[in-house]
Amino acid sequence: MKLTKLLTSAAVALGLAVPAFADEKTKVGFVYVGPVGDGGWTYEHNEGRLAVEEYFGDEVETVYVESVPEGPDAERVMTQMALEGADLIFTTSFGYMDPTINVAAKFPNVKFEHATGYKRADNVSTYSARFYEGRAVQGTIAGRMTKSNIVGYIGSYPIPEVIRGINSAYLHARKVNPDVQFKIIWAFTWFDPAKEADAAKVLIEQGADVILQHTDSTAPQAAAEAAGGVITFGQASDMAEFGPLPRVSSIIDNWAPYYIERTQAVIDGTWTSVDTWDGMDTGMVKIGEISDAVPADVKAEAEAMIAAIASGEYEPFTGPINKQDGSVWLADGETADDGTLAGMNFYVEGLEGTIPQ
Amino acid sequence: MDFSAINPVLLIASLMVAATPIMLAAIGELVVEKAGVLNLGVEGMMIVGAVAGFVTAFETGSPILGFIMAAIGGALLSLVFAFLTQFVLANQVASGLALTLFGLGLSALIGQDYVGVKPPPTPKVNFGALADIPVIGPILFGHDLVVYLGLGIVAGTWAFLKYSRAGLILKAVGENHDAAHALGYKVVRVRILAIMFGGACAGLGGAFISLIRVPQWTEGMTAGAGWIALALVVFASWKPWRVLIGAYLYGGITVLQLNAQAAGARIPVEYLSMSPYLITILVLVFMSADRSRAPAALGKIFHASN
Repeated sequence: MKLTKLLTSAAVALGLAVPAFADEKTKVGFVYVGPVGDGGWTYEHNEGRLAVEEYFGDEVETVYVESVPEGPDAERVMTQMALEGADLIFTTSFGYMDPTINVAAKFPNVKFEHATGYKRADNVSTYSARFYEGRAVQGTIAGRMTKSNIVGYIGSYPIPEVIRGINSAYLHARKVNPDVQFKIIWAFTWFDPAKEADAAKVLIEQGADVILQHTDSTAPQAAAEAAGGVITFGQASDMAEFGPLPRVSSIIDNWAPYYIERTQAVIDGTWTSVDTWDGMDTGMVKIGEISDAVPADVKAEAEAMIAAIASGEYEPFTGPINKQDGSVWLADGETADDGTLAGMNFYVEGLEGTIPQ
Repeated sequence: MDFSAINPVLLIASLMVAATPIMLAAIGELVVEKAGVLNLGVEGMMIVGAVAGFVTAFETGSPILGFIMAAIGGALLSLVFAFLTQFVLANQVASGLALTLFGLGLSALIGQDYVGVKPPPTPKVNFGALADIPVIGPILFGHDLVVYLGLGIVAGTWAFLKYSRAGLILKAVGENHDAAHALGYKVVRVRILAIMFGGACAGLGGAFISLIRVPQWTEGMTAGAGWIALALVVFASWKPWRVLIGAYLYGGITVLQLNAQAAGARIPVEYLSMSPYLITILVLVFMSADRSRAPAALGKIFHASN
């Protein structure tokens, strides 16, 4: 009897002690759209997560779920994380926007951070990086280096983030090479190496000698390498293993400082819902090393542009810029406001084809 | 629109490449289902084949060895399924789904150190002067061994099921395992062999993606090809030649729609993107209007004591 009682009280004490202990640790959850080994988008978010772990040590516990489809599955994963005691959840793909808002409404005490979206709530922040600044650099290098004057572009989904990238790359390619033409393929996936490789091969077969990608895997790099005579740019991650050719440079997403800052805010109790959209100036967008395959003068031109954008001296969307239908978007010298950029759903003048709606 | 940018010869050559992985996986699954077993683990066996083939080819420098190991790897993984469903009589649907999850996890673990490395190139079969014939050369004589192997496996499966005694036994097991058992056939043994064949074919299909089509190792790189192969078997109403047609249709339209997009076709991209699924299903549904049906014992558990 005594023993049973002792055991029971011990169990009760343990049961009480465990949550109390768990509460001391801040739990941060991450929802990924692809596998952490994709070598691109998700890989960099996971690097950010690892940086949080390293920075806070025992103070913070992180959890993640990878390859979560955008849609009802995402809602289930987020709910599960919230139920398991996460204090802060980063949802790292555009398609998680509505699921994040829905789940956040059910868990007002859990903070959510949604990447690349535009819907916020009291406990939902949004954050994104100005990847289009990097696209301006890519467009310049692509326009200078293409011999066939055909640049292939593998788009994922027709969302503002991707369209901004296409417009920015095209404007800057055309600026240095008026004959350049863009061929765009929408893959309708973030991650499908076989499909991405097929898309790259098709673009190369149709004459493209520069491949820009807005999908997450390194498959287009491998396809370009196999084809030969084609240059590519690392997307979201450096993808340095494909340099110096075909990969001549890259856009690197650097999430670690932001993730550390926001986790700190939760620990301090100072977290508020914000909209963060940083670029090269804060280092959230970095340009990977420009390889020696790029001629020195082009490299110098690209580096000058990087410096100008980082210092705020140059804004990639500066008028005069017309929309595809010829109507004026930005007058001479005018720069784009963030609202228009965030919702961008049109091509600029000169691009062919229509955006899937 | 500029369709002159699309080169029909390259298009047909690349559709054969795009179709081969799902064709291999589907023909393997067809044999499994003909034996009365529903293995939903095709995706898992493919991805394990992809990583086994990649790692072997990278370490030994021989793509051929890679493909052999891919087949062995897929078959070994399928043995887990065979054990669960044939010996401990577990539910086939649940075991198959578990196999997919297990395969995805296992492959990610094995492949950790192989992200970003390049596999040795797989040589194309040398047909000599034949490959130089215009049009026919690049289409028929410009491929890797595995493309031909895939076609050979489809033909072989068809002949095996139609003409051989062993094929008839396999079909008998799939139609009515109790009757087959009463006639003295080893139901469990036949099914295990069929499951292993399915695993080996799925493994080959996976390795084709990691060694030829992409070629690199990335976690989760089969990205649903196994599920398409599963659907293909049903829509092809369990007939080998229809699997071939279905796979080529699917692969062909996938490549064609990418080409049409790049050439700036004035068809909404949404329709182009769904076209491979839609057209493949429509064609195969029309073809299966001839009252063909699933093997009668498909998915049913067999034990000799019943």
